[in-house]
Order: sequence, then C-alpha cells, then structure tokens
Amino acid sequence: MIPACPLASLPRGEALRLDVDPPIAVFHTDDGEIFAIDDTCTHQDASLADGWLEGCEVECPLHASRFDLRTGQVDAPPAKRPVRTHEVVVEDDTIYVVPSDAPPNLPPGVTLKGQA
Amino acid sequence: MNTVCVVGASLAGLLTARALRSQGYGGRLVVIGEEPHRPYDRPPLSKDFLKGAIGEADLALEGEDEEPGIEWRLGVAATRLDATARRLTLSDGTSLAADGVVIATGASARTLPGTEGLAGVHTLRTLDDARALRADLGTARRLVVIGGGFIGAEVAATARELGLDVTLVESGPAPLAGVIGLTMAQALAGLHEQRGVRLVRGVQVTEVTGADRADGVRLSDGTHLPTDVVVAGIGAVPNIAWLRGSGLELGDGVLCDEGGGTSVPGVVAVGDCAAWWDPARGSHHRIEHWTGARQRSVVAAASLLSGGTARPEPARPAYFWSDQFDVKIQFIGHARDADTVTVEEGDPAGGSFLAVYRRGDRPVAVLGVNQVRLFTRWRRHLETAPVQAG
Ligand code: FES
Repeated sequence: MIPACPLASLPRGEALRLDVDPPIAVFHTDDGEIFAIDDTCTHQDASLADGWLEGCEVECPLHASRFDLRTGQVDAPPAKRPVRTHEVVVEDDTIYVVPSDAPPNLPPGVTLKGQA
Repeated sequence: MNTVCVVGASLAGLLTARALRSQGYGGRLVVIGEEPHRPYDRPPLSKDFLKGAIGEADLALEGEDEEPGIEWRLGVAATRLDATARRLTLSDGTSLAADGVVIATGASARTLPGTEGLAGVHTLRTLDDARALRADLGTARRLVVIGGGFIGAEVAATARELGLDVTLVESGPAPLAGVIGLTMAQALAGLHEQRGVRLVRGVQVTEVTGADRADGVRLSDGTHLPTDVVVAGIGAVPNIAWLRGSGLELGDGVLCDEGGGTSVPGVVAVGDCAAWWDPARGSHHRIEHWTGARQRSVVAAASLLSGGTARPEPARPAYFWSDQFDVKIQFIGHARDADTVTVEEGDPAGGSFLAVYRRGDRPVAVLGVNQVRLFTRWRRHLETAPVQAG
C-alpha cells in the first residue's frame, strides 16, 4: 500500500500524480469518490492527471479519449486499450493506493524505468 | 433501414459505423475502403511512425476484441454514386444498393505540379506515403520541405531529429501563420531555428530540379537549394471527384447541413470530404481535424437514422494538436476571430507558454505550448462557453 496524500489535500474535482514507476494518478470526483489508475495514457505519453475529470471519467489532455475511472475502459480512439486501475483505501484521513499486480498498458515507446 | 454503406474506411468512417451501432442500428453495415488497410491513426505518420519509434500495428484504431458487425470491403474504391437511388458502383465492377449512405472518402494531398514521375518527391497523407518517405529518408542527407503547415512543420522536425539537414520553405511570413496568427507563428518559428531547421520565408517554389530523381528546389528569388528528398506539405483536396453527376451538391467538399445531411435524403457526409453548414459563420466549412471527425460522426449517424430530424448540438470549437521536437502544441478556436493575443503564462522564448486570443473581452482561441494542464482548463472553458455568432 502506497500512501498518496492526506484526504484533505485532494479536494473534489482534483487529481494527483504519484511518482512511482509507472506513475499513478489519483482522482477525487465531484461526487466524493476516489479512484486510482495508471497516470500514463495508453495511446501516447500523456499524463491523465492533467486531463479533464467529469463524473467518473477522465478525458486525456492530448487527444481526448475518455477513460472510465471505475473500470479503466476507453470510450473512443485514438486510445484503444484500457488503462490499468488500482484499489484505493482511505484510512485515518489518508489516501492509500494498493498497486495492481496486473501488467500495465503503457503506450508504445514508453517503458518502465527499471527496464528502459 | 436494412443496409447502410459507409464509403471510406477512415477515422470518420469507422466512428460513424460505430455510432450507428451504438445508436441502435442493427442492419447490414458495409464499409468500403480504397486503401487495403483497416482504419489507422494518421497523426503519428509524420511523427513517431516516420521516426521509427512506433510500428504499423501501433497505428490500428480498432481494439483487439471489438467487432461491431462490420462487413469490410477493402482495396476497392467507390467510383460512382446514384444518390437518389442510393446505388454505388465500385472499382471491381460490382455495385451495391443501400438504404443509407455515409460519405467519408476524406481528402488527398495536393501535389506539386510538374513533379509527377520524379523520384524523391513526396506527399504525406496515407500509410503507404509514410512508408515510402521513411524508406527514402533512411538514405538521405538533406531534405527540403515545401509548405509550413502542420504536416510540413512536423516532417521537418522529425527529419531533423533523424539527423538530416533540413530546410523548410514557407511562402508566407512564418510557418503556421495561417492557423495560429502571425505573432505566435513568429514565436514558434524560433523553436525550429533553435533546433537546426533552416527556415526560408516569403518565397515561392518555382521548380523541383532533377532528371529522374529530384536533386534540388529552385525558389522565386533565384536560389537553388540542393537536396536528396523533397516533401510537399501544401494542403489537401477533398475526394469528391467521384461524386460529380451523383446528384449531390458539391463545393469545397460535399455540401451538408449542420447535421451532416447532404442535399439528398438518406445520404450524409462526414470527415475531411464534407463541408458542413456553420450557422455561426453563415457558410460551409470543411474541418480537417481529428476531434472534428469524432464529434461529427456521432451527429451524422443520428441524422441518418432519424431521417434528418435529429437536432445536433451546437458544434464545438475546433481543437487540434501538433508535436514538433519535444514541443506539444495545442490550439483551440479561430485565431482570425481575435483582435488581441496575450501570453498569459510562461514565455515564448523559454519554449513553454500559453496565449489567449480575444475579441474584445471574449476569449475566442487559445494556444498552448508545453502547457498541457493549463490548456485543458482553457479548452473546457471555450467548449462550454455559449456559442456566439461572429
Ligand atoms: S495520448 Fe491520450 S489519447 Fe492520445
């Protein structure tokens, strides 16, 4: 479990990028839910934490594919693969992310730092 | 409707086919494509694909598991349409009758007159074009790019990154000036020059020299630029010649109403070949951008299925992007509507900034250069602001 930040420091509508490898984006939706997904878009090297959060979806800041934060599914090209999702735990007013052990769907040309 | 035929296996064609399915159409769905390839992502052709950073499989627009029940007819062109009968004639001699027709035949790169048959002269629009250019750049030392639009500027940047000696010839005052306005285009020109692209501005190309293979480019001021490869990025023309005599109204593209409906019921047009009516401007416009194709494919599908009664939402402002070197350029809106432009964040000299174009107090366009997060906020602001005429 990775501590992300105190709950109070991630207001609704905001996102946070965790500098792990690969980076993880944590979102606090307007409805008060918290989700974590891989930060890197599956199409190209864009940070989804820079994207636009709307309901339970984030729109990639570059080419506007939208990812469902609950499932990771993508709505329309250019991205075509889902983004990996992670479990979120809130304990003692702190947000934690439980990193998934599924393989990430990184875009072509982007590799894990350990394997670069 | 029992049969819908989509002519054009492009992004717009694929997305319209998908939208038809998601809007409940359950009949036969045929997609005709002149190229032998399944739909692919074009923007990387001048960037990562040309550079060799990604391969052909990475360009596919379809996921592995998705199949909305499309009958693909690839490698055949539609050569004729009888619009009132909705009957298509194909290049393999067969014909096809449909209840609904979606025209998504796209556009072709404009070629330099007089260079037909001269090796080493390229345009870049299709996967085959990109393959050929990639092969040619692999053995070249020098490149001359003619035309400072997006394709030209991107190819110049990519070739420079590949280590070629690159000259970009632009007939106007600066690359991209027509789209982002002169002030900002001047600022971005520096980005190319700092990275070693030689810019030649304000001159025309009079001739590409060479016997069987191009060996240089002659300019209107008399200069001769020796080169190994020439790329012409001088715009595109809509693929509508096959529709002459079809009964459809044509202009700079297939003329459509604001929902993509053509002058003939049961026929809609979408993508680069279609000029939709823009009520705010009071004229027809082609939109040659990705996000335009995406928004409009949904609208066109609804128009077709409803028989033209669906009321489209107001069109969103055009958004597009371009990657040149390590710089992400994003732009939304129309620079020509603005009377002022101000840099609101960063510094053009530093390679990261955001500029807002205004008409009076109202923002009408925004340019972001390596300002992804802030640009996203502005883009939303412009997309959700009420549409105003003029
Ligand atoms: S980088 Fe996200 S859609 Fe292209």
